[in-house]
This record gives sequence, C-alpha cells and structure tokens, in this order.
Amino acid sequence: MRSFFFVFTGLFVMVLAVWAYRQNYETQASLRDVKELRAEIADLRERAGILRAEWAYLNRPERLADLADLNFDRLGLLPLRPDHFGYIDQITYPIEPLPEISVPVEVMSRLGASQ
Amino acid sequence: MTRTPLRPLARVLAARDEGENPDAIERQNLAQRHEEARDGARVRAEGRLLILGVFFLCAFFLVGLKMSVLAASHPTEPRVAATSAQIVAARADITDRNGRILATNLSTHALYAQPPNMIDPERSASELAKVFPDLDADRLKRQFTGARKFVWIKRRISPEQQQAVFDIGDPGLQFGPREMRLYPNGRVAAHVLGGAGFGREGVNSAEVIGVAGVEKALDETLRDPGRGDVPVALSLDLTVQAAVERVLEGGMRLMNAKGAAAVLMDIHTGEIISLASLPDFDPNDRPQPLTTGDPGDSPLFNRTVQGVYELGSTFKIFAIAQGIDEKIVSRSTMVDITGPLRWGKYKIRDFRNYGKALSVEDVIVKSSNIGTARIAQKIGVARQKGFLNDLGLLTPTPVELIEARGAKPLLPPKWSEISTMTISYGHGLSASPLHLAGAYASLLNGGRKVEPTILRRDNPQPGPRIVSADTSRQAREMLRQVVTRGTASFGEVPGYRVGGKTGTADKPKPRGGYYEDKVIATFASVFPADDPAYVLVVSLDEPVETSGKEPRRTAGWTAVPVAAEVIRRVAPLLGLAPAVEPAQRTGVTLARN
Repeated sequence: MRSFFFVFTGLFVMVLAVWAYRQNYETQASLRDVKELRAEIADLRERAGILRAEWAYLNRPERLADLADLNFDRLGLLPLRPDHFGYIDQITYPIEPLPEISVPVEVMSRLGASQ
Repeated sequence: MTRTPLRPLARVLAARDEGENPDAIERQNLAQRHEEARDGARVRAEGRLLILGVFFLCAFFLVGLKMSVLAASHPTEPRVAATSAQIVAARADITDRNGRILATNLSTHALYAQPPNMIDPERSASELAKVFPDLDADRLKRQFTGARKFVWIKRRISPEQQQAVFDIGDPGLQFGPREMRLYPNGRVAAHVLGGAGFGREGVNSAEVIGVAGVEKALDETLRDPGRGDVPVALSLDLTVQAAVERVLEGGMRLMNAKGAAAVLMDIHTGEIISLASLPDFDPNDRPQPLTTGDPGDSPLFNRTVQGVYELGSTFKIFAIAQGIDEKIVSRSTMVDITGPLRWGKYKIRDFRNYGKALSVEDVIVKSSNIGTARIAQKIGVARQKGFLNDLGLLTPTPVELIEARGAKPLLPPKWSEISTMTISYGHGLSASPLHLAGAYASLLNGGRKVEPTILRRDNPQPGPRIVSADTSRQAREMLRQVVTRGTASFGEVPGYRVGGKTGTADKPKPRGGYYEDKVIATFASVFPADDPAYVLVVSLDEPVETSGKEPRRTAGWTAVPVAAEVIRRVAPLLGLAPAVEPAQRTGVTLARN
C-alpha cells in the first residue's frame, strides 16, 4: 500500500510538472499574442483616427457648401429656410394601389364584330 | 534480523550449573537490546536532522537567490494586467455637441539632420531645397558643412514630402515621429479652438500643448491619459457655427465694418451654440501675434470674449428691468424726458427729441437716454452695482476659454451717481459681447442666472434668481416692442418673434475722448420672445451703411439686419419651426378682491 502511494505520488508530481511546463509555454505564447494584438489595435486605432480626420475634413462645412453649389442643377440643395417646415397634415395619404384584375374582362371590337 | 532471546537456554543451563542467577543473563540481554534500539534511534534522528538541515539550507539559498534576482532586475510593466481603464497617450479629440470632430491628432514626422553621418551634404542641401521651396539651400549647406552635429529641418512634413526626402537617400537625414494637432474644419470656430503647438521637444516625441482658446484652457483635461479616448464635447454646433460665420462675414462686408462678433447662446443652459469673431484665422497655421499696433486688429483677437467695449443702449433693459422688479416703476409709469438732463457739468441728451414724457415701455422702445438715466437715479448706485454684478457684468466670464480670464470689464474708477446714470444707457462700463449675452440670458430666461459655458451640458443649471419670472416676461415683451415698433424694426423675422435692443456706442480714442465717426453697433436679441430659447448678440466694429444719402452708423441700420439674417439662417437649423405670435393681451387685467 505504501509503495503504491509513493509510486502514485511520483507519477502525480510528474504529471503536474508536465502540466506546469506546458502552461508556462502556453502563457508565453498568449502573452506574445496579446502583445501583437495590442500593437495591431494601436495601429488600427491610429488608422481609424486618420480616417475620422479625413472624414471630418471631407465633410467640413465649407466644402459641403461648395459641393452643394456645384451640384445645384442635379440636387437643388438650398440652405434650410423657415418656410421649409411643414405640418403633418400637409402630407398626403398614400395612394392605395389598384386592385388586381382577377375577373377577365371581355373586350370586343365593334369594328371586328361588324366585319 | 535475528532476534537474540532474552534467556538463551544454553547460557541459562550453564549458569544454573555454576550456581549463578539466570535472571542476571536476562537483564544483561535486555540492557543490550535497549542499547541497540537507542543507537538505531539516534542514527535515524541524526539522518532526519541532516535532511532537514539540507532542506532549510536549500530554502534559504532559494530565497536569497530570488532576492538577489529581484534586486538586480529592471522594473517592468506587468504584461498581463487587466487594463480595463484604457490609457491613451494622445491628446483627446474635441468634438462639437453632435460629435463632429473639431480637433483631432494626426501622426506625421519631423525631419532632422545629423551632418556627421551625411554622405554628400551639398547635394542633400540642394535636393532638400527642391522638396521644400521655403528652405534656403545656401543656409542648409552652411549648416550641414559646419561644426553642428544636429539640425532640425522641418517640424512637420507630409507623407509625400517624407517619401521625397527618402528618395534623396542620405543616411544623415532622419525622421522623428510627431503627433500633430489637426483642425479639419479650417477657419470654422477658430477663436474657440485656439490652436496647439509643440512644448518640450525630443527626437522621438514632442509634447503637444494648447496655445489659445479651449485648447489652452482645458489643456490638463485634454492631456490626461486616464481619459482614454473619450473626446471633449463642446457646446458648439458645427453647422450653426459655419452658418453664423458665413452670414456674419457677408454682413461685415455689406456694412463695411472692420470686424464683427456674434454669440449665440442657449438661454436656459448658458451653452454657447456659436461664437464667431471676424476677421478670423486658420488654427492649423496660426499667425504670429502682432508686434506693433493695436492687438485688437490682429485676427487672433477674439472680439466676443476679449473685445471689451461700451455696448451702448443694450444696457437700458437692465435699468428698466431692475426698476420694474424693485417696483420703483411700472411699464406704464410716465417718465420725464425733457432734456438735456444736467448733472453737475455733464449733460445727457437723447438721439432726438421725443417730447416731454414717455412711458417706461416707450423709453426702451424709443431708446431714451434721459428716461433711462432718471430711472437709474431712482435705483441708486449701490443697488445698480449689485444688480449688474448679479448679472455677471462686473467680473470676467467663467467661460472655458483662456482669453476670458483676462477680459475684465472696465468699470468707472469712482462709481458716482453720474456713473450710474451713464452706465444705465451703456456708457462708462465696458464689457464684452459674451458678457452681454450672458446677462441677457440670465434676465430673459425667466430670471435665473446662467453661466456661459463652451462645454456641452445636458440639463439646465438653475442658478440663483435674479429677477422674478414676471419681470423677465415684461422685459421680453418690451424688447419685442423694440422690434415691432421701435429702433430695431429690421430685426423682424417672420415666425420667430425676435425681441431685442440696439446699441450704438462711439468708439473711444486711445488718448481719451470719442471718435465722431467710429462706432460699435450692437444688437442683443432673444428669440422667440414669448417662449425664449436663444440669445443672440451681434456686434459690428466701425460699420457704415451707405445706401442712403448720408452714411448711417446706428445699430438699427447695421447690426440689426445682420442679426436678422443670422436668425433667419440659424433658427431652422436649431430645429425651431416658425410659429404665429400669440395674440397680445387685451385690456383685461387679472384682479381679485
């Protein structure tokens, strides 16, 4: 019984050692991954910042006003004026679609009938 | 192990034969056995002690080893620490109230040279001068061939320029990473944002610090790495700001003014929706401050905050509102306006003769200096001073712009009764348009003080009460009368019930006295007057309206039409739909017995 206990303990320690060894390397690998991801996040964040800055630059009010002037023929955009506000009752109800013609209608040509 | 019996038969028999006591043999054997057992136990105990000693020795060695390792190693950041609060080293962005970017960072590079490492300094100098036309090739050549070991060439370069410098191919030309502050909207809100520059500068990084405006006032907050990447949201609305600047610039040209300022403020929260000062500048390329002449002529000068002027008749409403609030007069009280009103050696005159007496309401509608001065006389020095102080007109505004701290209103050195009388119609006390906007907001929003702010607030901040809600309503109604039948008739914008007061003040000469033909024209307005939402102050510097026979300079002809156009453009953007004015109250008075 005692020898079994010793052998079992020895085996257990070996298993633990193997587990700890593997965990150690896995942790190191994860840390490397995290570091790479951090770098990637920082890089992406910087790129997102540049894109946001570019978006803001392209949407600056001065340029939008110029574009609205330039494309006035197509878009007809004007600065918002007080008379552009409407009331809800100025909006028409949607036109109801015509019902489908399910019963065939006989159409006869008089000209054809007389012939 | 063979066990020796205690009474071995052979020896016992032999002892008996010799007549000895066999018990002695037993005792002898027992003693021997005890001795053996004791020796064994001692050996085992010594062994255990040895093992234990070795174990402790090892443990001490381990501890010592770890301690020496810890002592010899460099401290490092824990790599796996859970970073829930994000730490961002970059300066925080600034956005408008809807999250549109007003200021952000961009990484660029700085260019420097290490002449000892250069292969062909003369060629590099001439090539660099081709890439950067503003650099002088001869000067670079001298720098590169001289004794210097390090030369800064450019603080910020674009990626295209960087590639061009790469193509020169000289190992002595080096790049250092730089964070650069970018204002994508250019001139819009230039005076609010201010600008940023480099502080302490090294090869690998440089500190970006605010130079003016909100960038400097909130420098600590913007640089706080613990904020993460949460931007600072201003109360400005980019669309409204751009519209106000556009209209104001047009108005400034039409009225031949040399400068213009406009403040649009939420009347309940004190948030500044738009703050424009012309001429303006591009914060990406901030001009140098003027070294000669009047700093007020520099485009860097923020007229809304730093421009401390006498604001003229716009102040009249304060005296009249105080008179009504303290029950000294009522709206229908008749005030004697026969002029000129003499006080010592001073004479107070009206712009034109309005007869002998006017009701208090008509004093403000016709803008009578004499009438206002008489009401101020009744109020007295101390109470007027207290009231103006409550409105924030005697101290710098608390707005988060660095320029605001230095813009202290100019008060009379000795506040006598004549000062009270002149201040009541806006002379003798100089304040900035922002002061005026804050005071109008506090007076007209129902009578609660608001502090002007440039940061977004989501809720009204009810301050201490200044006047009663009823006084506030009466003041708004009187200001509305000024627009419908008074001096600001050009201020009528259909559907928006504008109420306001004009003010035309002669500009003071630098050496005392006033110019004859230079004025500051101001229009302070509230809209809609029956349900106040916004306060707008428009101020023009030296405007002249030349459509008539004579040049006209009064605010009614200059600042008011510009302000009306601003309201026409901006009110729809603020989501205010035009509405019909509620009918005037008829002659029925509420009464009870």
